Amino acid sequence: MDSGAPAAGEVSGAVLPAAPSERAASDLALRLRAGSEYVAIPALALAIAAFLFSLFLLAIGKSPIDFVDNIWRGGFGSGFSFQNTLQRSAPLILTALAVAIPARIGLIMIGGEGALVLGGFASAAIATPMVGVVAPWLTLIVMASAGVAVGALWIGLAGFLRYARGVNETISSLLLTYIGVAIMNFFVEGSLRDLSNPNKPSTRPIGEAYMVGKIPGTDVHWGFLAGLILAVGLQILMTRTTFGFAARVTGGNMRAALAQGLPVGKLIVACAMIAGACAGLAGFYEVAAIQGRANASLAAGYGFTGILVSFLARHNPLAIVPVAILFGGLVAAGGLIQRRMGLPDATVLVLQGLIFVVLLTSETLYGRFAIFKTAASKDRT
Amino acid sequence: MNTPLAIVLIAMLGGAIRVSTPFMFVAVGECLTEKSGRINLGLEGTLVLGAMVAYAGSYRTGSPWLGVLLAGLAGSCLGAMHGVICKLPRVNDVAVGIAMMLFGTGVAFFFGKPYIQPTAPRLVSIPLGAWSDNADLGSALNVNPLFFVGVLAALALGWALRNTRWGLIVRTVGDSAAAARAIGISVDLVRFLTTTAGGFLAGIGGAFLSLSYPGSWNQGLSSGQGLMAVALVIFARWSPERCVLAALLFGGAGAIGPALQSIGVTQGYYFFNAAPYILTLGIMVATSSAKRSARDIPGELAMAK
Repeated sequence: MDSGAPAAGEVSGAVLPAAPSERAASDLALRLRAGSEYVAIPALALAIAAFLFSLFLLAIGKSPIDFVDNIWRGGFGSGFSFQNTLQRSAPLILTALAVAIPARIGLIMIGGEGALVLGGFASAAIATPMVGVVAPWLTLIVMASAGVAVGALWIGLAGFLRYARGVNETISSLLLTYIGVAIMNFFVEGSLRDLSNPNKPSTRPIGEAYMVGKIPGTDVHWGFLAGLILAVGLQILMTRTTFGFAARVTGGNMRAALAQGLPVGKLIVACAMIAGACAGLAGFYEVAAIQGRANASLAAGYGFTGILVSFLARHNPLAIVPVAILFGGLVAAGGLIQRRMGLPDATVLVLQGLIFVVLLTSETLYGRFAIFKTAASKDRT
Repeated sequence: MNTPLAIVLIAMLGGAIRVSTPFMFVAVGECLTEKSGRINLGLEGTLVLGAMVAYAGSYRTGSPWLGVLLAGLAGSCLGAMHGVICKLPRVNDVAVGIAMMLFGTGVAFFFGKPYIQPTAPRLVSIPLGAWSDNADLGSALNVNPLFFVGVLAALALGWALRNTRWGLIVRTVGDSAAAARAIGISVDLVRFLTTTAGGFLAGIGGAFLSLSYPGSWNQGLSSGQGLMAVALVIFARWSPERCVLAALLFGGAGAIGPALQSIGVTQGYYFFNAAPYILTLGIMVATSSAKRSARDIPGELAMAK
């Protein structure tokens, strides 16, 4: 049947010139129909999580409507709050990419937080002797390179250990996060500490002149655009290149990839390094566009929220962008929720955890609804 | 007996006993779960929730042991959640573990906020060092009863896994789900129960953190102990007894920093803070191999495939 179908199509195509385009149209419709499952089920999971969270709020005597209202106002309602949301979604896009790329090759890497912290720290550290000596644009390039390189090395190490020694990458990447934070603390409270700032151990500020500016006409720093470009670029890399194809084959079946002679080790390390580079870049922007220095505020949990964003986007780089904006809004509204509703700052964490649990539970629903099934997918199952 | 070396060694001994207890509970609980062929990475969240519930329970009821029990129950709730969700087809237990880690931590921080300030009654330690007139040794041997509970639980579990019908069922499920189904064992039920029991033990480990050492509740209480304990199970090659030894080793490593501080060495404080993580990673690198799966690994474990 499989071998017969294309031949029949060719024949009818030769007789009736309109048939190929019709076939292409119905092909697209079929793909849309099959693809809509990947939108509908996560959306359903979000709705169920929102419902459960509403029950939770009601149980502790708070109004879910107030909650939604505050998220709207704090994250999306005005130009100001939406720009704040975009600002916060920048590190989320990048740390989610740090989960999505390894996921394509079959690894669950959750060390984005560590790569972000170390990347940011490396940027700030390398900038310290350059400030006031070297031109800002050159300093920023060096800072970004340092952040990207250190991030790539950090997650690349987890990838390397996975390939070379079979070390579980989920555990090792999270351990590397703790080690990364400890390394930053070591320097920030020690040799690189800014002694003029007694309140919070930090590196010396890089100064206003050396900061990354805003995208003209907005209040959003360039990190957001960098995230967008990387998301598109990595989508192309993973779906339209030999590298991406080889990575996806490896993710689908590593033994088959090995049997085919694919350079599995190099692919794994490369994907891990791309991931780390993304997270390291997020750290660079946190330092160069927001904080102006490296300190404990870098470990703000973007790396962990990024894990959820990537899973919700089904590790699709393009889908990561809207999901990251959604969660950026949630993070941005966190302060408002805290002040207006008297809820602890961990409320957002509870909601995120709940969404994550419900989302993973919803994995079981794939393939259960006839509406998404196409003739081709029925053939497969 | 008062040379700096002796002081450091004594402080490390005391530290090893204190610091190892939460590792031990989590590792033994995870060991049981993994023996049945499932991995629960969420025990870090369970540990934090257990710590919060124990502290709150002890504060509310005035009885620390009731707090310990409540922490265990809270832990089993999270474990049961993990067990139920992973029972569904196509659900990845590693990913669910990550989600449970975030969820457990979030819930603990949410409800734990009012308990950061007040002081709850703590567990009373047993002064085993009272015979010695050395004050350092005396305080090092102030051992919390939970330490002995943990060791007993590990020994009992190890014995039960080897010698009882229940142990055989758990091991069968962990080594080959197909074989277990063939002889009429409900694989899902067994895994649900082992994950729940594992959560119970991890919750108690959390209770130790908040009610004995360090003995207070705050959001930075556990930073990765739960995760390291999961890694430790691999190192202990899925044996509860070896989990105890591995936990003691880790406790000793974790105690180097504070022990050196006690004689005035403050340099490298952050390095010694990171020492347990580096040690865990080093041990994972040393004991893993790319060529073959780990020795004694339960055949159904996702890592083994």
